[in-house]
Amino acid sequence: MPSSDTTPQVAIVSESKAKPRLTVALRATLVRELSRMRRRRGEVLNPLVFYALAISLFPLGISPEADLLTAIAPGLLWVMALFATLLSLDGLFRSDFDDGSLEQMMLSPQPLAALSVTKVAAHWLLTGVPLAVMAPLLGVMLALPLHSYGVLMVSLALGSASLSLIGGIGAALTVGLPRGGVLLSLLVLPLYIPVLIFGSGAVQAAVVGDAVLPHLAMLGALLAAALIFAPWAIAASLRISING
Amino acid sequence: MTLCLQGRQLGCERDDRWLFSGLDIEINHGEILRVTGPNGSGKTTLLKILAGQLNDFSGALHWNGQPLSQVSEQFAANMLYLGHAPGVSAWLTPLENLAWYQALQGERGSEEQREAALARMGLQGLEDTPIGHLSAGQQRRVALTRLSLTPRALWVLDEPFTAIDQAGVDALEAQLAAHADAGGAVVVTTHHALNNARPLCHIALG
Repeated sequence: MPSSDTTPQVAIVSESKAKPRLTVALRATLVRELSRMRRRRGEVLNPLVFYALAISLFPLGISPEADLLTAIAPGLLWVMALFATLLSLDGLFRSDFDDGSLEQMMLSPQPLAALSVTKVAAHWLLTGVPLAVMAPLLGVMLALPLHSYGVLMVSLALGSASLSLIGGIGAALTVGLPRGGVLLSLLVLPLYIPVLIFGSGAVQAAVVGDAVLPHLAMLGALLAAALIFAPWAIAASLRISING
Repeated sequence: MTLCLQGRQLGCERDDRWLFSGLDIEINHGEILRVTGPNGSGKTTLLKILAGQLNDFSGALHWNGQPLSQVSEQFAANMLYLGHAPGVSAWLTPLENLAWYQALQGERGSEEQREAALARMGLQGLEDTPIGHLSAGQQRRVALTRLSLTPRALWVLDEPFTAIDQAGVDALEAQLAAHADAGGAVVVTTHHALNNARPLCHIALG
């Protein structure tokens, strides 16, 4: 414990002082999230392992016939990526809520919306991006034509960012509940449907050789909308959960 | 500059029961306010209200004469709240936790500064041990390191003495007194009698 002479004359910050620098806080939050997840590899690997296992069961369970698998591959790859994301969402704010860090984040002079979106960005980097990178490997198992791999990855990378943002709202709303997982799925799944439609639509179009850009543009538009509305919704939900 | 946090006619209802009502509080620089009361009497709730965390209460809060809701950013930059949960992540080391708290203030700080602050709290050698491997008292000490590392005028401390050993309790008491002497203010809940000589305001709930 410090000796009593360590406290200097106390200064009171007034309005005239420059605002605390947001970029420093945001970068530190991102670094914090990434190093936290580096020590919890199981939690990062869980959705990826689920994705790989679930997809690899379909050729065994349905039929190894290439034509049939090609027809259902876009939908399967997207639906399972959506479930894998959902699986990882519950932990987004949970441990910070339990150890009191979330409370401190709310009390900090930085905007809560910006801080929580940084956490969502870390979630996307460690869930959405790996899922997108992994998807072509699983596409091989589902006899997905080689020329659609690029679109599959791009659509998943774009779409999963929306999934993380929308899911963040649900995670924030249910963080105070002891078993929020089921409620979280019910809240979030309806909002995931547009992303699913345009995401698997893009891959489907790539498989049959149609134009993929309209689908990808719609995914981009959904992401833009999510980026505008989700930060405020997440911040408001967190306030409700903590004060509730 | 002085600081003044005023609460007028504060009241809070939980589950159809008034925890407290008609409470007038004023905290000025150089004061230590100790809130006491039996379990469930609303001490934590009162502290959360004073820290600007809760909105569903009756009455009004003023920071330096202005309604708290209008100057919430300025208030946040002057107030340090430590709750029941120490607010340190079990997966991060003490240094990483403190670096994040400094960054939330927009400060980068330096590793030496953080190491020195941890050493003052008797945590040398544990800087790089994940918090989850530390004892409850050591975790609390990491949280309390913020008192000297991120200087704020107003401290709102909810049971800061929990899990701290006797030597630590004495040092923390001295630190609270020194903070008040330096012109800061402290609101603290504790079941343990503070035995320093400072003029101490006292609110008993329940």
